[in-house]
Amino acid sequence: MYFEPEYECMSRDELAQLQLERLQSTLFRLSRNVPFYRRKFADLGFDPEEFRTLEDLKKLPFTTKADLRENYPYGMFAVPLREVVRLHSSSGTTGKAVVCGYTKNDVKRWAKLAARVLTAGGVTRDDVVQIAFNYGLFTGGFGFHYGAELLGASVIPSSSGNSRRQIQIMQDYKTTALVCTPSYALYLAGAMEDVGVNPNALDLKWGLFGAECWSEAMRGDIQERLKITATDNYGLTEIMGPGVAAECLERGGLHVNEDHFLAEVIDPHTGQPVAPGEKGELVLTTLTKEAFPMLRFRTGDLTRLIPGTCPCGRTFLRIDRILGRSDDMFTLRGVNVFPAQVEAALLTVPGIEPCYQIVLEREGALDTATVLVEASTDEYFDEIKKHQQLVLTLAKTLESIVGVSFAVKLVEKSSLYAGDACKAKRVVDNRKF
Amino acid sequence: MLRLKNVDVHYGKVHAVRRASLHVRPGEVVALIGGNGAGKTTLLTTISGLVRPSGGEVLFMDAPITRSAPERIVRAGLSHVPEGRHVFKPMSVEDNLLLGSYSRYSMQTRPRVQEDLEDVFALFPVLGERRSQAAGTLSGGEQQMLAIGRALMSRPAMLLLDEPSMGLAPQVVRDIFKLIVRLKAERGLTVLLVEQNARAALKIADRGYVLETGRIVLQGPADELLENRDVQRAYLGRDLDREE
Repeated sequence: MYFEPEYECMSRDELAQLQLERLQSTLFRLSRNVPFYRRKFADLGFDPEEFRTLEDLKKLPFTTKADLRENYPYGMFAVPLREVVRLHSSSGTTGKAVVCGYTKNDVKRWAKLAARVLTAGGVTRDDVVQIAFNYGLFTGGFGFHYGAELLGASVIPSSSGNSRRQIQIMQDYKTTALVCTPSYALYLAGAMEDVGVNPNALDLKWGLFGAECWSEAMRGDIQERLKITATDNYGLTEIMGPGVAAECLERGGLHVNEDHFLAEVIDPHTGQPVAPGEKGELVLTTLTKEAFPMLRFRTGDLTRLIPGTCPCGRTFLRIDRILGRSDDMFTLRGVNVFPAQVEAALLTVPGIEPCYQIVLEREGALDTATVLVEASTDEYFDEIKKHQQLVLTLAKTLESIVGVSFAVKLVEKSSLYAGDACKAKRVVDNRKF
Repeated sequence: MLRLKNVDVHYGKVHAVRRASLHVRPGEVVALIGGNGAGKTTLLTTISGLVRPSGGEVLFMDAPITRSAPERIVRAGLSHVPEGRHVFKPMSVEDNLLLGSYSRYSMQTRPRVQEDLEDVFALFPVLGERRSQAAGTLSGGEQQMLAIGRALMSRPAMLLLDEPSMGLAPQVVRDIFKLIVRLKAERGLTVLLVEQNARAALKIADRGYVLETGRIVLQGPADELLENRDVQRAYLGRDLDREE
């Protein structure tokens, strides 16, 4: 099943023409409306009118997360604010988050793309879709919500958290499709086992999971325990949110919605394209965004292009599930965390050394993160009250700045890193996906 | 069905169309909108072979027509209704129409041409009533119908329509646009429509392109263009500053 077969199954030849037309007008608008890109084009001596084939894409500059931060909040917008009808923000970044705007047309188009993702994952208008993504600045909740409504399905905006209630809703409202993070799906499966709910007695058929890294083993586990067909999908706030790429029921890679996004895979160190099928960093260019167009945005996500065509009939190329990050960012309970943010948060609290390590574990289905940090004096170990107070302050600061909770463990000075301090690994990820 | 890739057109030193890329799929009505002198008519005449592009490529039904003679392009199934209609005023309505079938006229096709003539009269009863009248005596709206009828006489798969609403009364404009919708729905005709009347054009179109000083600056589904503030401000006559 397709939502927009005239696009999803269009010939590669027609697609190339459409991409060229859309990219040419995007470049024109970027050079006219976004000072950041106008400067970049001038520095490179690049004339957008000389852009004649998709091959020329390689000549264009990259856009990085740092560029977005420097132009915070509205510097990258290609339309005046009064044309923006919605703002979302990327999860868990420090002071300067990334603010992404949508015009009326952007919101409409987003709904269509999310509807494609849902359709590819098996959902039809007859389904009851429970969206257990956070509704808020995070794009997951609203993105899927509008898509499912456009599709004509019955939408339950249950948002995240409160597992007992989620399970109750699933039973009573006869939910047939679950949309959330894969780890939350596993957590719900565990909670069902705890309260004695038999997944076979539920109406669940489909699971659409995204917003974090997961594996084939995890898919098998989820499908087995929830008795559903689970598909992977991919999106990011900077590009739009959910709707960028998604698996079809063949489950052999995620189809990129290529009529709206151009995907490249590059070597993160050289910036050059990798050989077809090789692993590298995903770079995305938006072709139709009005408010927040992005040129060659470096996602930091590692994947590879899957060669060959998909038996589902879609002609859009496929990327592999996200295989990791090209930087040190990690995802904790759906929130993107950079160690630098953790460091910045720790530095605001007196009494500690700028030495830390983040240890990630998976307990059951949920991720936990412990920050090990060196106390600057021994007094914190001599006085239990002082110790507890410092730990509490650190935990509170971390949660408010990074946006997700951490456990904090004080360690003695110079105990974390031997010899030259702080050269050891900042993040130890013990989670098994 | 029709595909343009990086088409450039120069009139002497004037760069009239810059790197224009557009496509029209079978059965689509696509609107090309833009202000005076944006290059809309130049682009249409380039497609129909009356003007030679200085660069780029034009494909019709997957065959290159960039350097084809206009009459060959008509025979290939692409018919142009020019701006200002250009009917032959002293000639009768019927003769004007028969001229439209010139590209395929022969002894064998005569009976079929006759059928097509009756077909056009069925589509535009008013032309049937005035078949022997001189075209110059028709009203503006009737002349526009005649120009479209003449283009249909070559049995085109696709129609290039240049400013069909120009100089016509609002009611007549509505009739002409209704007719375009009918041609698409009943005959599966593909249409590339150039219009200054952007709102009317986008309302009946599937997709649209916005041309500005020879460049395609925007493109997309017609409903999105109608919602686009730049289009509203520049071409749909909405004064957004005053509204707010």
